[in-house]
Amino acid sequence: MSHLIPVKLTVNGDVIEKLVEPNQHLTDFLRTELGLTGSHLGCEHGVCGACSVRVNGLVIRGCLMFASQIDGAIIDTIEGVVESGEAERLIEVFVERNALQCGFCTPGIVLTAIEILNENKSLSRSKIREELSGNICRCTGYQAIIDAVESIFFERSEGGIIK
Amino acid sequence: MKSPRFEYLRVESLDQVHSALAEFGDDAIILAGGQSLVPILNMRLSQPKVVIDINLITELSGIELKGQLLRIGATTRHVELTNNPLINENLPLISCAIKQVAHRGVRNRGTFGGSLSHADPAAEMPACSIALDATIILESCDGERRVKSGDFFLGVMATDKQPNEILKAVEFPVQKANDLWAFHELSLRHGDFALVGVVTTAQSSPKGISNLKLVVFGCEERPRVVEISSQMVSSGPNPDEIADQVVQQLNPMTDLSGDPKTKRIQARSLIKRSLLDIFEGTS
Repeated sequence: MSHLIPVKLTVNGDVIEKLVEPNQHLTDFLRTELGLTGSHLGCEHGVCGACSVRVNGLVIRGCLMFASQIDGAIIDTIEGVVESGEAERLIEVFVERNALQCGFCTPGIVLTAIEILNENKSLSRSKIREELSGNICRCTGYQAIIDAVESIFFERSEGGIIK
Repeated sequence: MKSPRFEYLRVESLDQVHSALAEFGDDAIILAGGQSLVPILNMRLSQPKVVIDINLITELSGIELKGQLLRIGATTRHVELTNNPLINENLPLISCAIKQVAHRGVRNRGTFGGSLSHADPAAEMPACSIALDATIILESCDGERRVKSGDFFLGVMATDKQPNEILKAVEFPVQKANDLWAFHELSLRHGDFALVGVVTTAQSSPKGISNLKLVVFGCEERPRVVEISSQMVSSGPNPDEIADQVVQQLNPMTDLSGDPKTKRIQARSLIKRSLLDIFEGTS
């Protein structure tokens, strides 16, 4: 039995204190300890992106970080960005465009898409495709996902450039 | 796939790392970004008793220009190297190649020193470090040790770093205006490990091109360096002839991405592209 590690962190705005097993992955912690089951576990070795969550403002793989490492961190999960309204328009457009079928990859893709849209002042389809290459979807063939992200980009920009 | 159990040790100084390494030796492993180490743990390829988390050691992180040397701290994350003015200006090769390192979510967390310590034969940063003649700075309780990147990588996930040492930083001579470079990589998806990659450097002068050096990665157990003789370059360079010469020296290993014959064909094609970049000055 390993020594439990005390962590204090902020998850979707709530301050949480817990004792965690050193080897528990962040996504397992969110799912089993906090009941936040929106982040999914697919490959569990950093390839598929289904476990993506935001740590201190950046999207990371929740299966490649341990809960014991997150003391002091600010975590946003898909539940948080839905509740805050940050993902609202993106989710509407994902539905309009049929950019999901089973939805397993969608939380990771939405979180990644938010970061891409916030970071890039100009975006082409090939750039969106490249940026989303770390999130695997086995249903859609990606076209509809690219359509959805592109159309949000056009909504926010004039002539292809965000002012 | 869950990581095996371990004791977790969060350290805040290099002294604490040294005492932990002295106490636990081979039973301990250093965790930085974890983007290579945690998959290995999840797949149970390694079962350390103690994991030493160095993310809180502030002196290990950052990018600093000192005269003609650019120093990248070990825990500097890949994302910090992308769109960074110091990197763009002084190490344009790294600036280009870093975009090929994994995917956004991995670059947001993965570290430069971690990529070098892990020494995957198909990784970009070890090959770029060799191409740019970087120096790896290691530290143990006995003090600092500097190793040329060309001598640091020993094999598949094997380096010259000793069990009591930590990789502290990497020092690059800055690239100058007459330093030519080219970077080409073949991968199945953008961001995947390379099937084969080629990093090429050279110097241009009014007399022509000199010091032509190719580093081929993803092919052998460690990046292969091939230096091209000045005669081959000065007497009207022939990219096909040089590419053939480099490929002849390669001894590709069979891996999941291909057999030696395939790898040679892939490498030749990238080498030719790189040489055209260098000779036509498009890099």
